[in-house]
Order: sequence, then structure tokens, then C-alpha cells
Amino acid sequence: MTLVPAFTEDVSKLESDGFGHRSLTWWGVIGFMVIEATGFALLFGAYFFLMSHEQSWAPLPLRPPDLLAGTVFTIVILISEIPNTMVKKAAMRLDLGEVRRLLPWVVGFGAVLLVIRAFEFNSLNVFWYDNAYGSILWALLLMHTTHLGTDWADTFVLWRLMVTRHGEQKRRFVDTDENALYWRFVWLSWLPVYVLIYWLPRLFQ
Amino acid sequence: MSARVLRDGPNFTGPKLESALTLAWSRPRGLIGWLASVDHKEIGVRYIVTALIFLALAGAMALHMRLQLMVPDNTLMNAELFNESFTMHGTTMMFLFAVPVMQGVQIYLTPLMVGTRNMAFPRLTAFSYYMYLAGGLFLWGCHFLGFGPDNGWFSYVPLAGPQYGIGKRADVWAQTVTFTEVAALAVAVTLTATILKQRAPGMTLARVPLFVWATLVTSLMVIFSMPAVALDSALLLSDRLVGTQFFNPAEHGDALLWQHMFWFFGHPEVYIIFLPATGFISEIVTTFSRRSMFGYPIVVLSLVATGILAFGLWVHHMFATGLPRVGYSFYTAASMSVSIPTGLQIYCWIATIWQGRPKFEVPLLYVIAFFFTFVIGGLSGVIIAAVPLDLQLHDTYFIVAHFHYVLIGGSVFPLLGAITYWYPKLTGRMMSEGLGRVSFWMVFLGFQLAFFPMHISGLLGMPRRVYTYPAGMGLELPNMLSTIGAFVVGLAVVLFVLNLIISFAGEEAGDNPWDAPSLEWATSSPPPEYNFAHIPAVESRTPLWDDRTSLPVVYGLKVESPELLLTTFVSASTETREPSAMPSIWPFVSAIAVSVMFVGSVFSPWAIPFGIVPVGIALTAWFWPKKSEPSEEAVIA
Repeated sequence: MTLVPAFTEDVSKLESDGFGHRSLTWWGVIGFMVIEATGFALLFGAYFFLMSHEQSWAPLPLRPPDLLAGTVFTIVILISEIPNTMVKKAAMRLDLGEVRRLLPWVVGFGAVLLVIRAFEFNSLNVFWYDNAYGSILWALLLMHTTHLGTDWADTFVLWRLMVTRHGEQKRRFVDTDENALYWRFVWLSWLPVYVLIYWLPRLFQ
Repeated sequence: MSARVLRDGPNFTGPKLESALTLAWSRPRGLIGWLASVDHKEIGVRYIVTALIFLALAGAMALHMRLQLMVPDNTLMNAELFNESFTMHGTTMMFLFAVPVMQGVQIYLTPLMVGTRNMAFPRLTAFSYYMYLAGGLFLWGCHFLGFGPDNGWFSYVPLAGPQYGIGKRADVWAQTVTFTEVAALAVAVTLTATILKQRAPGMTLARVPLFVWATLVTSLMVIFSMPAVALDSALLLSDRLVGTQFFNPAEHGDALLWQHMFWFFGHPEVYIIFLPATGFISEIVTTFSRRSMFGYPIVVLSLVATGILAFGLWVHHMFATGLPRVGYSFYTAASMSVSIPTGLQIYCWIATIWQGRPKFEVPLLYVIAFFFTFVIGGLSGVIIAAVPLDLQLHDTYFIVAHFHYVLIGGSVFPLLGAITYWYPKLTGRMMSEGLGRVSFWMVFLGFQLAFFPMHISGLLGMPRRVYTYPAGMGLELPNMLSTIGAFVVGLAVVLFVLNLIISFAGEEAGDNPWDAPSLEWATSSPPPEYNFAHIPAVESRTPLWDDRTSLPVVYGLKVESPELLLTTFVSASTETREPSAMPSIWPFVSAIAVSVMFVGSVFSPWAIPFGIVPVGIALTAWFWPKKSEPSEEAVIA
């Protein structure tokens, strides 16, 4: 640098690592959530585009998907927000013991949800190759399952990380906080998918 | 943590500081170190060089096609080879050249222009490059193995669907798109985070360099548009691979669904390529006019308006498919309206030159060529925004002329200007002005000769994507001229590349050879690994013109490990310090694992459930904190 530096502010006293929008990775997580939300929105668009061509939805003589598995899934994923919020708050308090105690619960909920999801695929009453209606239902469910599965794996890795000595760093609490944020996206994105898969085919048949 | 942390400051500056920072920010030597690099400058240059190689390949293909079309009833190429050639040309130019080269420049310049030491997620940036490279190698590998795609760069169904798209050609196209979209989306997120959180203290949103504004708008456009084509190509693959019926009318699917989703991406794509070029122009015009930008807020608002309007135009690519009347009217009006913000920007640039003291050196010459060429392309765009004309001209060479005027005039000319402008920063040397002028005039005049006659051949009814034409229809002369022009452009590009190479031994540039006002010129040429010894503090839009002897800086960042300064996203006040990621081989390994999964899924759906396992292992290894690493990147959900 040939320009002479003129020193102004000392930044050494600034905190290292912050939560929420003060953290760089928070912006990364938000960025990927926007990308994925756009993906969901486009798939919803495709759903309504295909639906607009039909006289009835689900197309006759197909039965709409059975409600049980999807509804149980919805209830369980809503309940999962309780341990998720608790772990998020514990992370923001830098309470390592509580984070270590709660993360297995979040992982456990994810595992239960994955099992219920398998039953959901079995209750659609249509195969992906039957017609476009079947294709779009399977695509919606598969897309959400991808999010469910990746976040489950991610939470599992985070749990194993937090029980090591790495968990003592503040930066790992920021990770825990952001992982909880992403889980909110997973269940929030499920709600419209649930309506599209299970309820519109009932309401418009 | 040691009791005493070494930090930069008034008591620790100069060569001692610089050698300590070099130690902290440099990567290991050797091949592994090269593959593990997370330096945005190194990755940016890799992007640019790779994209230019793809430009050369696709350009050579264009010349081959021009030779075929030079005379009527030519037999140099048959129909099949011609189909594959225009598909490879378009796919390469759009997905492997235009977007990646712009992102490469953005990766190189953005951290330097906002006054930070590296990108927000440097490992993700490295990963994105390997994904892009793998996608390009996959496409061209398949082409050389004899099953390159041949359905056009937009791969319309039903031609690309399971019924007519026999073999693996359409799958190769679809999966190439997936590779490049993963790369582009990753870059867009890192650029957005870098711009919003890592700007130098004092660089409020009202002081952000216009190229960085263009980068921010472009990145947001990538984030909102590219999921469309990624999803569309995934649906096409699943129709072809596992028998879904999204695009099959016989099972209540719809071929137009493909077009809607493709163009929802495809139209913004044009602006994703064009807006970075407007950023180049703003920077070049400011420097070579020797005054700050006239109407800075207008230029920024125009960029934002273009970014938003670009999402409301996609249906004008589908006028010939049959639409409701109101749809025609709406999309015609929307298409015409986008010319307003672009026009405003052009007026601001002209006003800046008018009021400044312009130096007509090569970078500014390319800007003048842009004005001339892009305005012609814009006007032919307004013509075909009108439905009755579009229905006549659809799929003729008039359209080919239009979009080459817009894309080459609007993007490639400014890019060549930008390369000439920033070459001294990248290499420390000046490009030859004499050779630069020769290649400029050849590119500019050769381009007009190549593409202006296509307006005529299009108006005479010559269709696109047909491998030959009969004699006696008045098409001979315009086609002969186009071919001659194309070869002049080809020769000019060779001269340009020659200039790039011989200028490595050119005149030394110094830090700021053009007397430019933005921060990238405050550091040495080429910049050191850590970019800036002290983080600059900004007090105006033209920081290097404020005081030509000194630069306000903040101090107190760690020296012995890579650390970044974060600022608030509107006013850029100092906020926190964060570690920056160290070099890692895992992004490379992860890209290999993802590539194996993607390529495998062209042949069998089982590649995904089996392929995801190594991907998961590689990603976990990537994110898992290392013992030797004081500055690991946080786990991204």
C-alpha cells in the first residue's frame, strides 16, 4: 500500500461472533432458505398450473390421499418446535449443558418424523408415474423429505459436535442457534405442502 | 487463547505487519494447497480463465457453423451435427461462459472493492468453482464421446422428453444445468453476504461502488431465478428417468409448464449477464471521465428496477405459443417498460462523460461501442416486444441478431473493457494500448458485419436452427457477410488473448495506474493474500480521490490468524470480528462426491440414495472443526 494509513477506529474491542443478523453464517442460512423457499414456491406454481387443466382434483377416479399419516406428521412437527425453541434459547444463553441435553430430543423428533414420512408416501393413493397429478404430489412430498432428511443429518452432526470439546466455543452456539432457525423453515414450509397434498385434492374433487 | 493477541495498528504496521499477515493468509504450497485454496482472488481468476476457455470452444463452434452457412446448400455439416453444434454453443455460452465469467470477476473484485480480506464463505466459493468446472467437463466430455445435447439451449419438451429425446443427450443437458446452477447459487449467496456484512466501515449503502451494487442486484436475481431452471431440469430428468408425467399431455402434464419455468429463469438470466456489465461501465466511465458518477441514485434505482422488472417479462419468449389477449398486452407493456431504467442508466453515463474530462483509452472505447451496439439491440427488442411483429419474426435470424446485439454488445464489449481496465490490478502490468486498439476496432466492426446482416436474413424469412438454406432467396449475401464478420471477430479475440499473454511482460502498473477512485486500487497490484494491511475506512463514494496521500483505516484485527471485520448492513458501522475460513481440501472432495452423484443420476435414479452417503461424509468432514484451525467456518444448516 503506497497510501499512508491514517488510523481512526480501534476495532479490537468488538465482540468476536454474534447471534442473528450479526453473524455472517446467519446471512448464509437466510440465503439458502430463500433459494429453497423459491424452489417450493415454483413447485406450488407448477401444482396449480397442472390443477388448472383438470375437471376435478384429485382427477377421478383417484381417491385423495389418506389423511392420517400426514396429519400425525403435521402435529408432531409442530410439537417439535418446543424442544427446538428451547435449544435455541439455551444456545443464546451459552448454556452448554442444556444444549447437550436438548439436542438429542430434536434429533429424536426428526427420526420419528422420517418414519412417519415413509407412511405418508404409502398413503398418497397414486404413484408418481400414473399421471401429472401423481407426479406433482410425489414431487412435493419428496422435496420436503429432502429438507427433512438433510436437516436431520445436520442436527445429528451438530449434536455429536456439541458433545465434544468444540462445543465449548461460542461459535458453536451460534451454529446451534442457526440450526434451530433452519428447522423453523423446515416445518413452516411443510404447512402449505400439507394443504396442497392432503386438502386441495379433497376440496376440489 | 494466548494472553497477548497480535493485532495491526499504529504500533504494528509496515513490512513487519505485511509479512505476518502473509503468513496467516497464504495457503500451503503444492497441488493439495492449490486445490485447497480459499483465496477469492485465486478462485476468481480460475473462474475467469475457465470461462474464457469455454468461450473459445463455443466460439470455435460458432465459426464452424458460420462456415456451413456461408453458402447455400452447403454440406460441410449435416443436420445432426448442426443441431448439436448450436445446442452446445448456446448452452456453453449461457451456462459455462456468460454467468461464470461475470461471477468470476465479481468474486475477484467484490472483496477488494468493499475493503475486506476475503469472501464471506470462501470454502463455499471454492466448492462452487469445482462444481462449475465439473459441469463444464461433463458437458464437453459427453460431446466428445458423441452424446452431447442437441435440443437447443432451452431443451424444449416434447423434443427433449422421453418420447422424442432418445438416448442420454437431453439428460446430459439437464444435469449440466444442475451443476452450473449449484455453483451460481452458492456464489450468489456468498457475494450477497459479503456485500451486506463485510463492507469497509463508513461504506453506507449510498457509498457502495456501482459495480458492487450491480453485483448485489445480480446475486439476488440469481437467488430468485435459478431455482426455476434447476427445478425444471430436475422434473425433466425425472420424466425421462423414472417416468413422471409433468410434461406429458397424454397423462395430463403440459409441455408449456417446461417453457414457463424455463423462461422464468431464462429472462432474468439475460439481466444476470447484463447488469454486471453495467457495473463495469459505471466504474470505467467514472475513472476515464475523471468525475464521480452523474445521477448515482438514479443508476442504483435503475439497477434495482431492472432486477425487479426482469421477473415480469418471461412470457414474451412464449408469444408464439398462444396466450390470452390480456397476457399479450401485459407482457408487451412489461417488456417495453424495462427499457426505461436501462435508458436512464445510459443517460447518466453519457452525462458523466459529457461533464467530465474523458480519456478515450481502450476501456472507454469498449463503453462507447456498448452504447452504439446495445442501443440497436434494445431497439430491436422493443420491436419484437410487439406481438404481431414477434409472431412474424419468431425463430428467424432477426431474433439471433437481436440477442447477439444485446448479449455481445451489452455484456461482452463491457467485459473486454473491464478485462483491460482491471488487468493491471490482477497482474501488476499494463496491457498494450496499441494492440488493444487494433483488437477493439476489429471486434467492434467485425461484430457489426457478422450480426447486422442477420436482421436482413431474418426479415427475409431465414429460420434459426436449420442447417442450410436454398439458393435464390436473397440469403446468399447476408450470410456471406455474416461469416466474414464472424471470422474478423474470431481474429480480434485471438489478438486480445495475445495481448493478455504478452502483456505479462508489459509496462509495470503500480497500485493505481488509471487514477481510479475505488478501494481495489488502494492496495498493491497484484494484491497480497490479505488484500489490505489495514481495513480502509470510507468517507465518500470516491475514497481514493478524497486525499491522494493517505487513506483512513481502522485497526485492531488479529494478525496471526485470518480475521474479518463485520459491519452493519445499511450504515456499515463496525459491528463484530469473525474468523475467516482456512484453506481446506474438503470443498474439492465434496465437489467430487456431488459430481459422481450427479453424473450417476443421468444413468440410474439409484445414484442418488447411494451417492448421497459420500456427499454427507465429505460435507461433515468439511464443516467439522480441525485441531490446527483457530478459525473454522460455522456449520451452515
